[in-house]
Amino acid sequence: MSLNDSINNPSPPPIIAARSLTMVYPGEVRALSDLTVDVEPGIVGLVGANGAGKSTMIKVLLGLLRPTGGRVSVLGLDPAVSADEVRARVGYMPEHDCLPPDMIAAEFVTHMARMSGLPRTVARERASETLRHVGLYEERYRQIGGYSTGMKQRVKLAQALVHDPDLLLLDEPTNGLDPAGREAMLAMVERIGNEFGISVVVCSHLLGEVERICDSLVAIEAGRLLRADRIESMTAGLDVLAIEVAEGTEELARALADRGLPVRREDRALLVPLADEDVYDVILGTVADLDLPLHRLDQRRHRVAELFASKFASEEAVDVVA
Amino acid sequence: MSLPESVIHDIGYQRYDGPRLGRGYAARSLFVHGLRVAFGLGRSAKAKIFPWTVIGLIGIIAVIMAVIKSQGEEVDYQDIPQIASVLALVFLAVVAPELVSRDLRNHLLPLYFSRPIHRADYALAKLGSLISASWLLLAGPLTLVFAAGAFGTGDVWAELAGLFKGYAVAAFYAVIFSTLAVLIASITSRRAFAAAAIAAVFLVTLPVAGVLISLEHDPVSYLAPIGSPMMLPEGIREWVFGTGEVNVGQFGPLYGAAGVLLPATCVLLLLLRYRKVSL
Repeated sequence: MSLNDSINNPSPPPIIAARSLTMVYPGEVRALSDLTVDVEPGIVGLVGANGAGKSTMIKVLLGLLRPTGGRVSVLGLDPAVSADEVRARVGYMPEHDCLPPDMIAAEFVTHMARMSGLPRTVARERASETLRHVGLYEERYRQIGGYSTGMKQRVKLAQALVHDPDLLLLDEPTNGLDPAGREAMLAMVERIGNEFGISVVVCSHLLGEVERICDSLVAIEAGRLLRADRIESMTAGLDVLAIEVAEGTEELARALADRGLPVRREDRALLVPLADEDVYDVILGTVADLDLPLHRLDQRRHRVAELFASKFASEEAVDVVA
Repeated sequence: MSLPESVIHDIGYQRYDGPRLGRGYAARSLFVHGLRVAFGLGRSAKAKIFPWTVIGLIGIIAVIMAVIKSQGEEVDYQDIPQIASVLALVFLAVVAPELVSRDLRNHLLPLYFSRPIHRADYALAKLGSLISASWLLLAGPLTLVFAAGAFGTGDVWAELAGLFKGYAVAAFYAVIFSTLAVLIASITSRRAFAAAAIAAVFLVTLPVAGVLISLEHDPVSYLAPIGSPMMLPEGIREWVFGTGEVNVGQFGPLYGAAGVLLPATCVLLLLLRYRKVSL
């Protein structure tokens, strides 16, 4: 974005603005600690290990919990004061199971639409439409109890989306899903953010998973802000070159390290930060000198997850990087 | 997704900018929803079996009363709620957990409370559904008996007055039974426990009060029915209309007070329960 652009298009008002937000539960458990952050419209990943304060943050945003310190605004409103207005414009998908097994999906989502204030016929129409958007077609006339985990997650998403909110809060939407289900859910979230034009906050302990679909990230740890930024600025200048050779990987790693390049192993590949264009030549020269069969040499976008890999204690957060 | 993106009915996402009716509407919708759930309407055939069995049994009582009435015998409308009270209790022991315990069990409360509806709205809507459902259950047979009698001989206006007094007695039962039942059911997420607890509270107090009444000691036997939610409505009836099945002696106003205080306390505790409920 050039300077001119940023003057003509001043950045939109934040959908969420927290100022020194603090939440201390009875028993001195600090779930949020002096958290100050502005969240721009778009798809936002709220990432952190389990217990970092993500769910608490969501409950504060919905006005379900009153923060013990600091302030927060959601869509320009204070949820502690104007909870009704905030809740009418926000959709919430909880982390845990929250569906009645003996209800028909279409009726359940219709009911929830009415609870959000949609008139009866509109509620019915939008329920059908929303279930279709999340990929439930004829199945929507069956009881939820007979659904697979993936279908249940879709119903949970549909009930959050049915009243056409301006902001969706999704708490671990990929929880319990198999890899294909995760992909489908992430694709849906991406579509909601980009095509439907609804801002989405996706909570996840799997940074590597959400960073692909997010415009920006808010990373928290033990209730504190670790970092908040747009994805591009997090990854700028951090691209890496991935090198694969048929044999002699160890040998090459040593040789490259000798020439002053910081080398890391990842499976069968070697990763070298692309500091400047000379790095290419150095690598090619080294491979030629050692006379190794080069399989692959390509530039890879740096994963944000790697920035935090050392920060996250959680196993999974690191796992996804691989 | 099971269908390709290009299917003809996929017209893309439509934003909604129509009316959003807010809190009052949501609470009313929840009330109507609860009333439908109570009678298994809009639900599977399995969910309908129980409420409609109870309705059928109460219907049989009503038909018998109607036949007796058509034979020229005197039938007091106010007697019917008491005759049907055990069936009403069974109905409540199943329906109250259905309305509140099930939402706790399925973790539905976060979905409700993240919407404009408030915690108190939720609790009162559920209570309203149950009071209305149990009142309809008791008032239905009265109406049937009236309809059968109205076409026979007799003074229609006197009949109508009797019917409305009967409706009032049905309301005593509905309010006292329902407030207590909802409160008990709201404590546990297990429907079976809730049903057992409701039955226990009503049925354990009944023989205790019965024994105390049989002592024929003044004032113990006049006051004992207050302690049993099964008998309390009869005591109120005795105080209000002088036709009740229990002898309240000079303590009528005390029954009136209990009839207000017990439901009021239950409602208060219910609201506190939902204020504190964890999400």
